[in-house]
Amino acid sequence: MVNHMPNSSSGPRVGLFVTCLADMFRPSVAFATVKLLEQAGCSVEVPERQTCCGQPAFNSGDRKTTADIARQTIDAFDGYEYVVGPSGSCIGMLHYYPEVFDPSDSYYQRALNLKSRSFEITSFLFDVIGANALQEQLKLLQFNHKVTYHDSCSGLRQMGIKQQPRQLLQQVQGVELEEMEEAETCCGFGGTFCVKYPEISNRMVSNKTDYISNTGAHTLLGGDLGCLLNMAGKLKREGKQVEARHVVEILAGMTDIPAIGEADYDLAQQL
Amino acid sequence: MQINTPFFKQRAHDALADENLQKALGNLKAGFPEKRAIAVDRMPEFEELRNQGRDLKNHILEHLDLYIEQFESKVIENGGQVHWARTAEDANQIILDLCKQVDAKTVTKGKSMVTEEIGLNDFLEANGVQPVETDLGEYILQLREDHPSHIIAPAIHLNLEDVSEAFHEHHKRPKSDDPAVLMQEAREVLRDKFVAADVGITGANFCVAETGSTIIVTNEGNGDLTQTLPKTHIVVTSIEKVVPTLEDMTLFLRLLARSATGQEFTVYNTLSTGPRREGDQDGPENFHVVLVDNGRSEMVGSEFQDMLRCIRCSACMNHCPVYGAVGGHSYGWVYPGPMGSVLTPQMIGIEKGGMLPNASTFCGKCESVCPVKIPLPKLMRHWREDEFQKHLQPKAARYGLAGWAFMAKRPALYKPYARMASWFMKRLAGKKGRIKKLPLAGGWTDWRDMPAPQGTTFMKAWKEQQKNGEQP
Ligand code: SF4
Repeated sequence: MVNHMPNSSSGPRVGLFVTCLADMFRPSVAFATVKLLEQAGCSVEVPERQTCCGQPAFNSGDRKTTADIARQTIDAFDGYEYVVGPSGSCIGMLHYYPEVFDPSDSYYQRALNLKSRSFEITSFLFDVIGANALQEQLKLLQFNHKVTYHDSCSGLRQMGIKQQPRQLLQQVQGVELEEMEEAETCCGFGGTFCVKYPEISNRMVSNKTDYISNTGAHTLLGGDLGCLLNMAGKLKREGKQVEARHVVEILAGMTDIPAIGEADYDLAQQL
Repeated sequence: MQINTPFFKQRAHDALADENLQKALGNLKAGFPEKRAIAVDRMPEFEELRNQGRDLKNHILEHLDLYIEQFESKVIENGGQVHWARTAEDANQIILDLCKQVDAKTVTKGKSMVTEEIGLNDFLEANGVQPVETDLGEYILQLREDHPSHIIAPAIHLNLEDVSEAFHEHHKRPKSDDPAVLMQEAREVLRDKFVAADVGITGANFCVAETGSTIIVTNEGNGDLTQTLPKTHIVVTSIEKVVPTLEDMTLFLRLLARSATGQEFTVYNTLSTGPRREGDQDGPENFHVVLVDNGRSEMVGSEFQDMLRCIRCSACMNHCPVYGAVGGHSYGWVYPGPMGSVLTPQMIGIEKGGMLPNASTFCGKCESVCPVKIPLPKLMRHWREDEFQKHLQPKAARYGLAGWAFMAKRPALYKPYARMASWFMKRLAGKKGRIKKLPLAGGWTDWRDMPAPQGTTFMKAWKEQQKNGEQP
């Protein structure tokens, strides 16, 4: 089930929920998450039997598939003290698992238990490990740019993530945070929404990219790759010179890797 | 009202291209949400009120029969009459019969979404009774043979120019684009209608069980004239509007005004308690309440029961980015925005209304502002579940989902598949770091680039790294 030996850390044993977008589109985000967790003293493992959180099925009304995937995920992450992932939306989906089981189902209690120990990465670092846990590492980092932060919907409204990434960012040297107008408004991604209702989604993301570029920020940051791929893709299409990154890339000091949709980068060749 | 909900996509497309509408929607965005935010900031206990509102509504829905019967007997005690209408057709017929009883030629109407829901105006007109809308917005719409696009600001989709034109055409007066002049004009025209009307029809925001009163809240005062001048006052309302006491009502009035317009209190709060009594200065001689069900009692005890808490404040649509982009008419029936996306399928059937609960990113903004904390995204998801079970979703979507599910449930298959997809897209992107056109993903790449993946999956890279013991 676990494909490598835990490292020698004495801290909590964390199972990494990779998320399918980080897995398929931007592994560096998952690597950054691992790095931060290890810096925070955790021993990180990556359960082999994880795939997707099941959100596409859940939001398409397919409760049976959702429950199947929920069982698979619950089994895969059995026994970890914490489950952490780089997405408020996917971890938020884990938090919905109790809803898909009947309270008489044995997985119901296990779903509740998984919910109680699963966290989005910035919230885990800030709320669980502690506000100053990464102080030493973060102050050694430098990112001399103006940034703006998009609050992804599930992270913000379901998981209560607002201050955590901002507080962590402030500890990095040189970061200047300029809030955009309507930072809390949806970017129009919405999973399958953006392909089912492309024109409406386009209007929403166009509003967003206007607000982003109005700040004059060099980099757009966020905590969810779905939203970031959507906004980065629109910024590129509009020819706007704003880079887009997942916030963990800054926090882990991994800004040498090209930003989302930026330039050629082949991870396979780095291995 | 004609059902255009199945054409949501086309209507949204047209709405996005309609510059006038977009201008009007821009005003909405800057208006109600900001005012609400200020009002909420000024009231530290607002969150507590929302909890109370939710809990009280839940209590009422658990005992709906009890409160609604109490309300009925109080109305009768006060000298009024109560009529139960199971369907929209029943309601229309009852109202027409009441109009006929007093030989009504014209009826004045206060703003009422329930009468929109049952299509009352068309029905009365077809049967020789002329309805006259007296809410300014509704009046403008009636002149233009238009329908509300918002539940409290029905003409929000129009600009001043549209109003000025409609008045010029119908009032046969010189054209003006001064809002004050237009307002005066409407007043003068409507005065005569108020006096001439045989029957006044209003809705009700709440029905108070302990007193048998109904209340309407308006900012124009037109409702007062509508219900006090004619001989007969008919209140058309729905069963879930009942609240136990006057004090309970005030809780909802406080929530309603702040959530709707950001006012602390609506300007006119008018209670009607039975017909005119001996010695009363004014009031109607006949007082009727038509209690419309139209699918609501089916919602009691179902997974959609929470929706019956709705107090029709409009906060959900005011804050909805989809509503803000396409406006209310795109939704194709009476109720727009998130509340409409839950209610409409209930009333017209999921076969016709299915577009709406799907047209949401589930961003959750609506739920976060709803004064009675209705879990709107969750209810929309329940409609999707209903659709899924009935195989109503488009074939491509269903097969796509099934294919993905097959993979997602088999980690050993999923992994190489993800790796292949990553590799393939990386190749498509070439050196540029992004893809301009992606086969089968036109919905995405017609409007935005697809950022390129990094060429392999994390699962693969992690395994390699563990094997080699080095950082990528
Ligand atoms: S659903 Fe909630 S926010 Fe929307 S109109 Fe009803 S009460 Fe208001």
